[in-house]
Amino acid sequence: MILYLSNSALDSDVRGWTIYDGTGQTYPTTGDSDTPPYPTGLAAMQDGWRVIQMPQLIPPDKDLEYTTSFFKFEYVFEKMVEVEP
Amino acid sequence: MTTATVNPELLLTTNQMASFAARGFLRFDNLVPDDLNQRVMDAFDAGPVARPPAGLPLSEVYAPGSPLDDLMHLPEIQGIVQSLVGPDPQFDHHAVHIRQPNEGRAQGLHGDAIIDTRMHFDVQLMYFPHDTPLEMGGTLLLPGSQFRRINESDIARYQNFVGQIPMVCEAGTVLALHHGIWHCGRRNQTDRVRYMFKIRLNPRVRQHRLWNTDDLDNQMRADPVTNLEARNRMEENIYAILSRPEPWYEFPVGRLEIVNRIKFWRFLTGSNTFDLSYWLTRLENEPENLASAA
Repeated sequence: MILYLSNSALDSDVRGWTIYDGTGQTYPTTGDSDTPPYPTGLAAMQDGWRVIQMPQLIPPDKDLEYTTSFFKFEYVFEKMVEVEP
Repeated sequence: MTTATVNPELLLTTNQMASFAARGFLRFDNLVPDDLNQRVMDAFDAGPVARPPAGLPLSEVYAPGSPLDDLMHLPEIQGIVQSLVGPDPQFDHHAVHIRQPNEGRAQGLHGDAIIDTRMHFDVQLMYFPHDTPLEMGGTLLLPGSQFRRINESDIARYQNFVGQIPMVCEAGTVLALHHGIWHCGRRNQTDRVRYMFKIRLNPRVRQHRLWNTDDLDNQMRADPVTNLEARNRMEENIYAILSRPEPWYEFPVGRLEIVNRIKFWRFLTGSNTFDLSYWLTRLENEPENLASAA
């Protein structure tokens, strides 16, 4: 699960989200939900998701200080579940 | 489409243009009459639609009296087009987008063509010739994404955002999009084919005050430093529209999106002092004069 947060704080609000289900039981895709799975990144941790990647804070390149592009506050989570063989 | 200018009453209003600058799109529900919707659908059902070459004036693209020619001749369409890219703009391309029944996946989020850093902009019209309920997978838009610099499907792993807009509309609805807006075709979960016709148009004139600007100067007269008063007026106005953040904006980056809008509005109006909440005015204060001794 990838959560795009409002700023670099893990307990800030979720603005965007992506889910890939490695069990193959569901197939989330673009535009399939209007409601974030969790209100904040911290709330996801409290529900058993482990943070496996935090975004680095990198100063903007010269002359790109005002350019907007990708989401800067992208947190990657994982949760291990048992699957029936 | 003729090269004559259209009735000013059919041009976009200043507030509509501000909404386009802020959100990157305008929506016109039930714009195309039912009989023309049906003629267009019949043409799509009959087989592939020819793809004319890019670079032609729009007036030379479609055979007179054909469904797509009649579509582009609708006075309301002419008003939208002229307001955004000028009279008789240049044809870029068109396509009939088809989402097959019971698809498993949506299209990935993307921006069309390639990364495009121009302030000048193309417009894309999306026309929905039949009713498009939620489950039919109408186009998904991310409002306010048009200034973000990405290259096509760089962003395909972004699935959902707070405030995204899944197009749910009745037949004859038209969207006018800034070329940079992020979008995709959603998953069609019905047993019917979904159509959407898209046409991209390039300007052939400088995009300067092309809409109905009758009220523009009056609206712009508000002092940019004290425009809180203007923003807080009861009626909708350019300051309120251009200052309103999208719910998906990250807090710090959202401020830069407001700066993007200020620069775009300056481009559209020719003003080099327009501002919202003192953002650019502050940065442009770089005095060189020396203080005189007391």
